[in-house]
Amino acid sequence: MAAAPGTAPRTRGRPRSDLRIALLFIAPASVGYVAFYLMPALRGLWFSFTDQNLIGTGDFIGTANYERMFGDDLFWNALWVTVQYVLINIGVQMVLAIAVAVLLHRLTRSVVIRGIVLLPYLVANVVVALVWFWMSDYSIGIVNVVLEEIGLDRVAFFGNPATAIATIALINVWRFLGYTALLLFAGLQMIPQQYYEAAALDGASEWRMFWRITLPLLRPVLALVLVISVVGSFQIFDTVAVTTEGGPVNATRVIYYYIYQQAFERFDLGYASAIAVFLVVLLAGIAYFQLKIMRSDRSDLA
Amino acid sequence: MSTTHLVDVEPTSSDRPNGEPTPRARRRPSWGRVLAWAVLIAVMIVTLFPFYWMLRTALSNNNALYADPGSLLPVDPTWGGFRRVFGLASAEEAAAEGGTTGSIHFWLYLRNSVIVATVITAGQVLFSSMAAYAFARLHWKGRDTVFFLFLTALMIPPIFVQLPNFILIRDLGLLNTLAGVILPFFFMTPFAVFFMRQFLLGIPREIEEAAMIDGAGHGRIFFGVLLPMSSTPLVTLSLLTYITAWGEYFWPLLVGRADEARVLTVALGVFRAQTPQTGPDWAGLMAGALIAALPVLILFVVFGRRFVQNLGYSGIK
Repeated sequence: MAAAPGTAPRTRGRPRSDLRIALLFIAPASVGYVAFYLMPALRGLWFSFTDQNLIGTGDFIGTANYERMFGDDLFWNALWVTVQYVLINIGVQMVLAIAVAVLLHRLTRSVVIRGIVLLPYLVANVVVALVWFWMSDYSIGIVNVVLEEIGLDRVAFFGNPATAIATIALINVWRFLGYTALLLFAGLQMIPQQYYEAAALDGASEWRMFWRITLPLLRPVLALVLVISVVGSFQIFDTVAVTTEGGPVNATRVIYYYIYQQAFERFDLGYASAIAVFLVVLLAGIAYFQLKIMRSDRSDLA
Repeated sequence: MSTTHLVDVEPTSSDRPNGEPTPRARRRPSWGRVLAWAVLIAVMIVTLFPFYWMLRTALSNNNALYADPGSLLPVDPTWGGFRRVFGLASAEEAAAEGGTTGSIHFWLYLRNSVIVATVITAGQVLFSSMAAYAFARLHWKGRDTVFFLFLTALMIPPIFVQLPNFILIRDLGLLNTLAGVILPFFFMTPFAVFFMRQFLLGIPREIEEAAMIDGAGHGRIFFGVLLPMSSTPLVTLSLLTYITAWGEYFWPLLVGRADEARVLTVALGVFRAQTPQTGPDWAGLMAGALIAALPVLILFVVFGRRFVQNLGYSGIK
């Protein structure tokens, strides 16, 4: 990450190694890091090679969990459902977020408006899920009432395997749109205003400026926000857990929910850990690949 | 793949702000600007409507909802939903309004949520800031390696470590205690360390050096000089941490199912699962959802301005 900062000239005359005081300062955080990140990561890796359950301890069983995983149709289904979710969620969310960010940037400096746009992000996933679950209720949800009012058919948003995962993806677009838009908005603010002024003098249209100035200069920020969003999106769980619980007929059994079920409904922590290891590798790969193709480390502003 | 996707779809949404770009032309409203405002207002309406609908439903009589599902105002207004959620309604009263008759203790869950989110925020922000100071300002061997190790944790999906963490909390005998719900988030998150380090790096060195010449030690410099200067990022980070802790569902679902350690998110999940498939207690559910949403919304009204202005810092830099 950011190259060794703070290597500025040292205060003269001091024999400088702050090791002891530094250890003091990082001690509490290190306890947390070792106990709840480092150790469990190693332990999780170990679990994936055992038949660990919820109550006792497990025995080493080699790569049996992984072999089982590759032959498990429900696992592949979960992966596929998750990918569908991510594509819909991220596709819609990023396009809308860029649009909202640009609108905010070009129209207003109002903090209140930005605050309003951010509101859904403040609400817990569970609350968001329940509100939309209610609003999309087949018989008396307001969305279906309106659909019928304007002459369309009612939709069983959560009850139909064809629409369930898209519904969940769009609900979470609602929750994260404002947050993503404000992150991009912050990126837009870093673009020097003179570029727009110069372009305007040359008679460039707003449309052209968007493509020639905004998007290229926003790219590093966009790449980072995209990576964070995609990695986060793969971890969809809450919405599924309180609405469809994986149904109807596996249509929303996302990978996180599948891991959860293996661990806490089937008590098969070993197998659940193997899938989690797979998820770690997958997400690291996706993040690496995305940053690579979007060359986020090189800014056109430099 | 996302790149091409963006490129394909973007036109429709972004050629709307086709107003005049330069500040000097801003005074003259154009069709492009009017259209752009219309879109922005539409976004705000879609953003706000579900909040209103929560309130409208929570204040309705659950039985009456079925008769008039499209009413914009509460149907047959009543406090019944809130009374049920707080366990104030008698069984007959609840039944009369078509509400759940099970006992729900939202006071307890609300208290639990407040304790959990507050303790996590206090611990995490303090300890992460201290670590950030060591990473940003102190010179010691291995600093960058340790920092890199901290950062890699950022890329790990939580579920991977939470499975073993469950076993750890079980072995510590902390299942179904608030301590068990709090502990994994109490000491640090990689994000919080990263965030504070980034801010501390930006503070001019001269300030510390001046304090040092005055004989201040690192403790004094950190607590007496740097932290007070960092109030804006501290508010931003604290609010972000609070929002996350308050909304966390997965971990408390694993270790805090019992009543005494149940937080609001888990309670809502249970409430929803218990409500019958036919004729759910929507009014009660929305009353509960509103209670779960309100505290953070209030915090946001109080601290929101600085938070909104500094969000870019948090998410990206």
